[in-house]
Amino acid sequence: MSGSGDLRVRASGSELEGGENRVRASGSELEGGENRVSTRTDGSVQQRRALIGRALSLSAAVAPFGVAFGVICTQAGLSPWVALGYSSLVFTGSAQLAAVAVLGDGGTVAAAVISGLLLNLRCLAFGLVMAPSFPPSLWRRALASQLMIDESTAVALSTDERRLRWFGYLVGGIGIFVSWNLSTLAGATLVPSAGTLVTDLGIDATIPAAFLALLWPRLQAPLERAIAIAGAVIALALVPLLPAGLPIIAAGLSVPLVLLAQRATR
Amino acid sequence: MSPAVVALLVLAAGTYALKAAGPLLLGQRPMSPAVERVATLLPAALLAALVITSTAASDGRIVLDARMPALLVAGVLLWLRAPFLVVVAGAAATAALLRLAW
Repeated sequence: MSGSGDLRVRASGSELEGGENRVRASGSELEGGENRVSTRTDGSVQQRRALIGRALSLSAAVAPFGVAFGVICTQAGLSPWVALGYSSLVFTGSAQLAAVAVLGDGGTVAAAVISGLLLNLRCLAFGLVMAPSFPPSLWRRALASQLMIDESTAVALSTDERRLRWFGYLVGGIGIFVSWNLSTLAGATLVPSAGTLVTDLGIDATIPAAFLALLWPRLQAPLERAIAIAGAVIALALVPLLPAGLPIIAAGLSVPLVLLAQRATR
Repeated sequence: MSPAVVALLVLAAGTYALKAAGPLLLGQRPMSPAVERVATLLPAALLAALVITSTAASDGRIVLDARMPALLVAGVLLWLRAPFLVVVAGAAATAALLRLAW
């Protein structure tokens, strides 16, 4: 969600099939293991504690981002309710920041929504990877899906056992949800918006800094570095030519461009 | 309803659809590797675009002001592995001080 957790999730068919095989193996262990309940429980209690620990540290890590989002909303003239609405209903940091940034710049609703959805496409990949670890009940799946973000998936995938993955997903998702929304509320209510206070204190400069912090982990890989640079160039070049928000969407074209260039120079 | 609220509701609905598609449509084929690859590479391009437009664009024009040096300071702090709060505070302080000086 913050993008900084970063995980490389592969939803390819082979990995899903491999996951299913592992699930079948642990299924038989569950059936035959009743007399080993105490050892299994000890082991899984330890693992559950580890998952809770990971969830807690990720929850703490997103809090400053949440505060930044709350502040940015206030600065854009949005009420704390709207800020909270974004943080609870959309519940993905980069998309939230993008939408508010586009709107604040005078962009259309469509441009804001499309920017956000493009950033959230990876949630689709997360859902496909997490689906086998979800319980069968349809309404539980529907409810739990709201928590499908970087961090919940990352915590879930830090373990291999299906039931622990579900546990990890829940503690990660709920932990982030609470932290993210509380910090959004704090940022939205504790920072005044009116007058020149925002530019005097340089608060408007926190937006680019926040985006850069979200981008930073992705700059480590050469391919994504090239994509980022190309995306920035495309976006900047189009600023004088297109209405607000569209340059950002157009920057997405750098992905196929760079991939094609990479293939062409091989 | 203000644009922000409309965008919120539509984005929330669309995002939820993306999140729930996997768990609710289980049994379908997974995303093709090509689509999945593009989906994971897109954030790099979009975030970079957001960085540059929030720094150097104002009202449909390219404007260089205190935000650019602030961004450079943020970059240095990130490179030095400073915590997020320090990065953001450093950027704000840079912009504020530059505006004070001018």
